[in-house]
Amino acid sequence: MFYNKKTAETRASTEKHFLQNVYKFQGLCCSFASLLYKGKLIFKFIPVPESLKPMFRTCLRSIFSFFAVLLLCNFTAIAAPDGKALFMSNCASCHNPLKESTGPALQNIDKTFPSKEWGYKWIRNSAALIAAGDKTAVDIFNKYNKTAMTAFPSLTDEEIDAILKYVDEYKAPAAPGGGAAGAAQGQPGVTDSNGWLYTVITLSLLMLVVILWRANHGLRRSANEKDGVPNEKEIPLYRSKLVIAVTAILIFILSGYWLVNGAVNEGRQQNYQPLQPLYYSHKVHAGINQINCLYCHAGAEKSRQAMIPSSNVCMNCHKQIKEYTGAAEHPLKTAEGKEVNGTEQIQLLYKYAGWDPVKKDYNRDEKGNILATPIQWVKIHNLPDHVYFNHAQHVKVGQVQCQQCHGNIEEMDEVYQFAPLSMGWCINCHRQTEVQFTNNNYYSIFTRYHEELKSGKRTKVTEAELGGMECQKCHY
Amino acid sequence: MSQKQYWSDLQDLSNIATKTEVAEHEFKEELPFDLSDSVFGANTPRRDFLKFLGFSTLAATIVSSCEMPVRKAIPYAIKPEDITPGVPNYYASTFIDGGDFCPIVIKTREGRPIKVEGNEMSSITKGGTSARVQASVLNLYDKARLRHPMADGKEATFEAIDRVVKEGLASKQAYLLTCSILSPSTTEVVAQFIAKYPNVKHVVYDAISYSGMLQANEASYGKRTLPTYHFDKAATIVSLGADFLGTWLSPVEFSKGYSHGRKISAKNPVLSKHYQVESIHTITGAAADDRATCRPSEMGLVAVALYNAVVNGTAPSLASANLNKLITAAAADLKKGNGMVVCGSNDVHVQIVINAINDKIGANGVTVNWVTTSNYRQGVDKDMTDLVTAMESGQVGTIMMHGVNPAYDYVDSKKFVAALSKVPVTVSFAERMDETAQKCKYIIPDHHYLESWGDAEPKPNYFTLMQPGIAPLFKTRAVQDSLMAWMDAGQTYAEYWKLYWTTRLSGQANFDKALQDGVIEPAGEMANGALAFAGNIGEAIAAVQAKKAGTGVEIVVYQKVAIGHGGAWSNNPWLLEMPDPITRAVWDNYLCVSPKRAKELDAELTGFTEIETKKRVASIKGANGVTIAMPVIVVPGMHNDVVAIATGYGRDKMVGRAAASDATKGGKNAYPFTAYNGLTVDYFSPVTVTKTAEQYEVAILQTHSSYEARPVVHEFTLEEFKKDPKALQKERGSEIGHYAQVPWIEEGKEAHHEGGEHIANPEMEDGYREHGTLYPNHPYEGLKWGMSIDLNTCTGCGACVIGCMAENNISVVGKYHALRSHEMHWLRIDRYFSGNPDDGDTIQTVFQPMLCQHCDNAPCENVCPVSATNHSTEGLNQMAYNRCIGTKYCANNCPYKVRHFNWMDWNGADAFADNLFEDGRRDDINDDLTRMVLNPDVTVRSRGVMEKCSFCVQRLQEAKLTAKKAGRPLIDGEVKTACQQSCPSNSITFGNVNDKESEIYKLRKEEQQERTFYVLEHIHTLPNINYLSKIRNTSEIIAGNEKKDVMYTDHI
Repeated sequence: MFYNKKTAETRASTEKHFLQNVYKFQGLCCSFASLLYKGKLIFKFIPVPESLKPMFRTCLRSIFSFFAVLLLCNFTAIAAPDGKALFMSNCASCHNPLKESTGPALQNIDKTFPSKEWGYKWIRNSAALIAAGDKTAVDIFNKYNKTAMTAFPSLTDEEIDAILKYVDEYKAPAAPGGGAAGAAQGQPGVTDSNGWLYTVITLSLLMLVVILWRANHGLRRSANEKDGVPNEKEIPLYRSKLVIAVTAILIFILSGYWLVNGAVNEGRQQNYQPLQPLYYSHKVHAGINQINCLYCHAGAEKSRQAMIPSSNVCMNCHKQIKEYTGAAEHPLKTAEGKEVNGTEQIQLLYKYAGWDPVKKDYNRDEKGNILATPIQWVKIHNLPDHVYFNHAQHVKVGQVQCQQCHGNIEEMDEVYQFAPLSMGWCINCHRQTEVQFTNNNYYSIFTRYHEELKSGKRTKVTEAELGGMECQKCHY
Repeated sequence: MSQKQYWSDLQDLSNIATKTEVAEHEFKEELPFDLSDSVFGANTPRRDFLKFLGFSTLAATIVSSCEMPVRKAIPYAIKPEDITPGVPNYYASTFIDGGDFCPIVIKTREGRPIKVEGNEMSSITKGGTSARVQASVLNLYDKARLRHPMADGKEATFEAIDRVVKEGLASKQAYLLTCSILSPSTTEVVAQFIAKYPNVKHVVYDAISYSGMLQANEASYGKRTLPTYHFDKAATIVSLGADFLGTWLSPVEFSKGYSHGRKISAKNPVLSKHYQVESIHTITGAAADDRATCRPSEMGLVAVALYNAVVNGTAPSLASANLNKLITAAAADLKKGNGMVVCGSNDVHVQIVINAINDKIGANGVTVNWVTTSNYRQGVDKDMTDLVTAMESGQVGTIMMHGVNPAYDYVDSKKFVAALSKVPVTVSFAERMDETAQKCKYIIPDHHYLESWGDAEPKPNYFTLMQPGIAPLFKTRAVQDSLMAWMDAGQTYAEYWKLYWTTRLSGQANFDKALQDGVIEPAGEMANGALAFAGNIGEAIAAVQAKKAGTGVEIVVYQKVAIGHGGAWSNNPWLLEMPDPITRAVWDNYLCVSPKRAKELDAELTGFTEIETKKRVASIKGANGVTIAMPVIVVPGMHNDVVAIATGYGRDKMVGRAAASDATKGGKNAYPFTAYNGLTVDYFSPVTVTKTAEQYEVAILQTHSSYEARPVVHEFTLEEFKKDPKALQKERGSEIGHYAQVPWIEEGKEAHHEGGEHIANPEMEDGYREHGTLYPNHPYEGLKWGMSIDLNTCTGCGACVIGCMAENNISVVGKYHALRSHEMHWLRIDRYFSGNPDDGDTIQTVFQPMLCQHCDNAPCENVCPVSATNHSTEGLNQMAYNRCIGTKYCANNCPYKVRHFNWMDWNGADAFADNLFEDGRRDDINDDLTRMVLNPDVTVRSRGVMEKCSFCVQRLQEAKLTAKKAGRPLIDGEVKTACQQSCPSNSITFGNVNDKESEIYKLRKEEQQERTFYVLEHIHTLPNINYLSKIRNTSEIIAGNEKKDVMYTDHI
């Protein structure tokens, strides 16, 4: 299986990279366009004979409009709801596009809806439909063991469409062990090739500029020679004051950027994927076997710490499950590709837990205490000492899905740090996140906001408006 | 400006130059490099700058190029069912230190106690705590605690010691010497032990003896016990030298009761009347309405004079006119009923006179309860002297000592040590190597109370249970377990204790409930009743009058509120650094003298001021030949012929590093100045004081932050308040009223208002908030935190200071840095005197807790160049440490002087190891053991940042989260700040001001509107803390020396 840290990174941040590329490209377009528009400025740097100027301007204008169109396209692309992101944050904990999990497989599910509107209603509040006695709804409800689907009243029609579009277009990642593609390859390569395309276009355009400039330069020189006007002595590039100055400034800016960036990222460890003392696969447990996160991380709803389970929690199941039988469908491998024997790892767990699989009982000391030793996990998510983070606030109150910060943990054999855990990353979410304002009676004291919501003056209250971006929410 | 002039220290009244200098140079640190007038004219500033730049760049590079450390996340091997990491657990228990008692709730995180709070279910202390109770959790993690049993100074096993002791017990006369024992089950164990070994005698010895009272009560009522005092029911309280709010008997209980009678509002302007006669200046004296001083040897005569005035109406004829006046007035008030007289004297005859007065005024059964008595102290001095005599004569074969340290605090410790050497088997249960344990052959260290099972019966039928918050940290054993091992009981004390209580409470369910509550109390109000006085008053008066009052200088041995009698408290850095409420000095004891006496000693107003840290050292020679040299501290309000030294200092270095007395800190032992009068120990004796040429530095924190004499406290007499409750609001109105309207609207009307009065009211406050500034007004949605502090009930006891330290991981800086104004307390209690310093009787003292005022228009926020301090939507003045670059602009601009700069890495939070002091020394708090006390929810600050009160934001956040999880609004009173929770006199109210139903809202806008004021309100800082004016139930507020008050005339 092609699965290493590098690809993990690619997979985890494909979406982000795509967005970044888009932003960068937009920036490039903008600056290019504005540079061209200020034609006069250009002529200062690129001496063009007067006679050629009109033609040159026409060329420039067309280039400008080309970039402007590109830019506009970009914006429209950004404005459309991102089906994948929405799917991941809202649906992925219960649904898989292709496989049935807690809920049905979602691919082409919209084709089974009685109507598009029915689909919107169902997704926003299925319980209401069931309560209203809608036949289709009741059938689905009964089919899935009367497990109610979480209501998503905040999703707009466009967003639901985007999600459905995403799941319909979703293709299964290539089969594991297939070599090159790999399960970890993640989502469509389209985004990557997009970036590639833009880079190529940009580079070739730049080449074009240079070629035009050199050609123009040569033409002028030969024209001068022809007219008998003495040419200025040509200065080699490396001695050109302009070039030296620009290069120096560029180096200064780049090294400064690099230095500051390095300093800012000091202590951050996104994609950190250490080797753990025991090979525990979240994919096997949370993904394939669908164990609820909270079963082991019971603190997530109660405490600031999500809590790493002690080995006796593992033993609740592993007293019965003595060997790993899924090696055929899902062979366990480390990031380096080394094969891992799941059954051996279960035996290792027994050692930590103090379980004697032959006796089928714990080893105990003379006082009857279980002789267990804690597993010394390597801590992946490290926050600085001056940061206070509370899982309960996010999981229980904010109803944030684990995956939003921890990534597709149910797809990870070995866990890596998905999010940068930087302050900017936290703040960004706090800035946009809508508070479950009307559902929680705690917020009843914010009378003005409630009035404004009622009168339609506002549609939502964000975390930031309730002070979610203040220092002492996290630093005290 | 109120009618009264206050001075925070004597320099306010006289020597202005040094004071101004100190006020101007708040940060008197010198820069670490040469800096002359012009930076570029200096010798090498540029090069130095480059050097520092180079070094810091290099250091940063090296540090950052280090690899990220691999951190471990280790879960429980087997998770205890009731522990969720990150969620605190609370266990009801009981604080016991000898006879000191307080029902508590232990807060544990991941199984380690980190904070102690009062148990609100107790009807005795009602959730109050003291500084010592708050600090007791630090003692648990004291490095100086003994970690294993010892024999002859070497580690030994319990079994080996048990064998030897059992042999010893079987032979000669043996003694079990303990402090007062409140535990009924322990008393039972001792009784069984004595039944098994009939040659064992149990002697009770208290470091600070209440033998005089016990014996007097036996003589008067036939019961060797102490009554319960109902301060809440007393309309007149007369205290003769009893510091009942600070150190006497049960201060937490008394503070709760006392504050009940000190709560006053305009609607109900009733106040108890408190007369205090004392020799030194205590916090009880500061709270008193009328106060007079006398010699300690005169206290008996004062009691007799009061008796005569009450019974016969005889006018007192004591030397001091003030005293006579006070006694006449007090006697008149006592006769009105609901009176109470308490006395701190340890003289049997004096206490009989007090009993007689209480009997005559009908206090018994009303304010003095003889049915539900108190067990706080049981020691009788004669038993102890008899024991020492027996030991001296070689009759004693074995002595076992628990909770006592006579080698340090006995009246004649040398004699005790000599006698101890004649005892073959000496066993100590001391938890540390104290002065007595050092002299013992065997030491079996006892658990700390937070590791122990136990119980207490402070009053008959009032029980509290004690349960451990943590398993014993070291190889220690409970005293009871030792006794039970020696009598071959075959079970542990924990088992015995559980059986004892399940049987007594008849059933497991009842036991579980009691253990959860921590208290077992009879239903309804406490049974009250009187006993017939049967004392021989004539004989007592004769005996008192036979003792003539002294003539020369007398010394008083007193307890500090923080350190008390000594014991483990002497090694508690939190308490050592808690400023004494009256002297505001830390880390030392000293000789307290009155300003007049100090002038004679050439110590005061001659350069040896409170600002000048070097103090004149005086030599004190006691009647028994003891001579010690002590620095002189001037305390206004002391009797001119009295000097005083506090107990608990001058400890041996093995008691602990913080306690150790050396040339630079730690003070001297005061117990040698106590005297045995044949019946009881007197805590005073005649001395001669002579000045020496020596000097000694004492750190006094009062002068470290100056208001430059701006008025910050408001005080009225009860009479004035009743006559014109709005006086304060008028005063406020005249200051802020003009700014409460938009000027251009008022322009025409202003003339109309001329001569009229502005009376501050909530609308005016709102107007002032909005129009007193050019900036827009910020609305506060939902939550807005506010605090109110009642100056009338605040006694200055310091429980809040220590509560704050424990909650917020506040650093202890040590004496050297305290001298350099580096103290870190987020909450301090300012002390203001008024009156004539030369006449101790005229001194009136006010305490004002001062913490970050969380100003809505905060001067500190505007000047921070990096916006590290800013305002929250809940009205909190936030401090982001990790953003602070340490410019100290905020501290300079804070008018309240509540910001403290962190000069050193006090808590070992720095990335560089051993970066603490210049010499690489690391303090105990850097030890892994001591660090267990830190609150994991609060950042441990490193050096280079500003710190200040956060309104316990971690508690606010936790309470909000609890409410959110439950999907309900916050309940008023659900969240309490650490200071509020620790306060034994309910002086602090805290809550959401936006909630019109909240206590704080009602108090500010309705109930206490007349008394509400904000400190330095006129500068439009808009503080979120208000104070309630002090109302003294006295005929006059003694005016300060307005003429002499240079600061006042100069600045305003």
